[in-house]
Amino acid sequence: MKEIDIRKDGLEAVRKQSGGDVAVTGCLGERYIGCGMKDGILRIKGTPGNALASYLDGGTVLVDGNVQDAAADTMNDGLLAVRGSAGDALAYGMRGGRVYVLGDAGYRAGVHMKAYGDRKGILVIGGRSGSFLGEYLAGGTIIVLGLGYEGRDITGYFCGNGMYAGTIYLRTGKAPLNLSDKLIRRAVGEDEEEQVIRPIVEDFASVFSIPAASCLEGGFIAIEADSSKSYSQLYAAV
Amino acid sequence: MRRFRIRKDEGCISCLRCARECSFGAIEAGEDRTLVFHHEKCTDCQRCVSCCPAGAIFITEDGNRFRHGSVFTDDDIREILLQAETGGVLLSSMGASGKDIPIYFDRLLLNASQVTNPSIDPLREPMETAVFLGRRPEGIQRDSEGRIVDNLPPHLELRTPIMFSAMSYGAISLNVHKALAAAAEELGTYWNTGEGGLHESLYPFKGSTIVQVASGRFGVHETYLNTAAAIEIKIGQGAKPGIGGHLTGKKIIGDVSKTRMVPEGLDAISPAPHHDIYSIEDLAQLVMSIKEATHHEKPVIVKVAAVHNIAPIASGIARSGADIISIDGYRGGTGAAPKRIRDNVGIPIELAIASVDQRLREERIRDRVSVIASGGIRNSADAVKAIALGADAVSIGTAALCALGCHVCASCHTGRCAWGLATQDPQLTGRLDPEKGAARLINLVNAWTREIKEIMGGMGINSIEALRGNRMALRGAGLNEKELEILGIGYAGE
Repeated sequence: MKEIDIRKDGLEAVRKQSGGDVAVTGCLGERYIGCGMKDGILRIKGTPGNALASYLDGGTVLVDGNVQDAAADTMNDGLLAVRGSAGDALAYGMRGGRVYVLGDAGYRAGVHMKAYGDRKGILVIGGRSGSFLGEYLAGGTIIVLGLGYEGRDITGYFCGNGMYAGTIYLRTGKAPLNLSDKLIRRAVGEDEEEQVIRPIVEDFASVFSIPAASCLEGGFIAIEADSSKSYSQLYAAV
Repeated sequence: MRRFRIRKDEGCISCLRCARECSFGAIEAGEDRTLVFHHEKCTDCQRCVSCCPAGAIFITEDGNRFRHGSVFTDDDIREILLQAETGGVLLSSMGASGKDIPIYFDRLLLNASQVTNPSIDPLREPMETAVFLGRRPEGIQRDSEGRIVDNLPPHLELRTPIMFSAMSYGAISLNVHKALAAAAEELGTYWNTGEGGLHESLYPFKGSTIVQVASGRFGVHETYLNTAAAIEIKIGQGAKPGIGGHLTGKKIIGDVSKTRMVPEGLDAISPAPHHDIYSIEDLAQLVMSIKEATHHEKPVIVKVAAVHNIAPIASGIARSGADIISIDGYRGGTGAAPKRIRDNVGIPIELAIASVDQRLREERIRDRVSVIASGGIRNSADAVKAIALGADAVSIGTAALCALGCHVCASCHTGRCAWGLATQDPQLTGRLDPEKGAARLINLVNAWTREIKEIMGGMGINSIEALRGNRMALRGAGLNEKELEILGIGYAGE
């Protein structure tokens, strides 16, 4: 495995890597690491800066610690796995691939996520998320496990506001705070949990080498758009 | 709501062509080759008039009118009736109709040389219309050997200061995109995809393409960003500042779905706010992440609507690392916008450009960015005036559509465009031959470019660079002192 000391070699050295297994050490807020990457593995040591793995188009970015804002912005494919927590605007406009955060996520996680064809954005947050989770969701799947927050709120305010497709799964029985009346909250049945949630959560658990069973304990609720209450305006053409 | 009347005269040969051409259902073939007119459905798009082989059909304003002399006009009453019936938000398209907002271009007069500083004949002498858009180097750098270091940031090179405005695939047809792309390549200028992605068949036009990134990120991926000469971040649009895009699921079919990467039938919503941009610093980060994803090889454009305080907004953008600012004025067109927004929000491009240019000069950052003006550029004189007010180049949307047949009936939002431009109906889109369309666009821009040369020659100026921000070339007529002050020009006669 190749090693790049980002403080010494700079972002330029990371940029030149295409493919291969590379460790990026000494990160202390350097932005745009792995931006637009198509293949290979980046193992990030330390704390990378904003816009990590934005436009990620394949390959894997593994982070030992925390990531800051706008990680996985407009991601198209690949995997971003964060052992710590993520800042705001995580996985904005993500269309495909997987974003796994073992800790918490800040505000506006998964806004504008979507799916198309064989691409489907998957965002799993191990801890809790801040407000505005999954706003304008247009497709894809968001799962918040709330590990360590059992019995407490695991999302903030305005969860899923404006979403019109896709699903948010929450490992809790509690309704999200001030859930919009244009959204539906429903319990997740056994079949759906086995077929949809389990494979994703097992993959999540294996990436972080934690037992999957504890991530699946207790039931899930799902948040979806109420198709009878469209967000589209009523228009009168002049 | 009847606004127009369809009439025919005795020249009609009953060929029924008009009935076949009408896509709004206003003209139908009745029994025995007669024509049935549904006047209330007519949009005055002029398709039937243009296609009538006998010149026998014509559209007039409906002679009936509501009672005059009230503050409530015919349109006011019509719209109230429509809303009372439907409860809907009024939806319109094309540019603002605001009749009482001045078109400042029409109140600006250009200079010409007499006696001293003679005019230049563009037919005999070289006239430079090339423009470079992007950041200028801060200074000349030399290496240890004294050789000049190439520190020119990435830029766009235009052979003429006229570009094509952003219009998305979905709002307009693929054939229009094809015509724009081919024309831009031939003309040495650029066309802009808008926010609906880039159809794969247009990838070969990469060198003439500007791709757009809007809040919904439709069709945006690494390959898309790199299949372009520049990337534009769309913050706002002149026709609907503060309002986002909403392409209804009905229009997301076939290749539109594929290009936007949105499943068929699902709405594509791109709200006005980018939820990852809450400050100039956030904008700077998006600019830089796009540059990073495109290997720092392409300039980044930030497009905003002309609104109050546009000068400090532009100053912020200039400091965000963006290379080019595109400002879209009050009269900018759209495929669909709420009518109240279209007609009441934003400011005319003339005032916006003048105040932005002035502000950036005062702050000594004018060379950090280039400025593109758009929103109601109707002819070459408007383009010259916009450049003299401080723009580096202009871009045209409605004018380009007019070259392809559009008669500005402002019915784009219905999706029934009889000229086959603002529609996805294959029966209608086939009406535009992309090759012939491209040829017409090329003619238009070449004609404007010739006129620009002639106007510049008359002023004794032989390059666009020397025209840019050259307010001495302009005088106002019918303007008050405040307007002259903002435009930075003298009154005619001064």
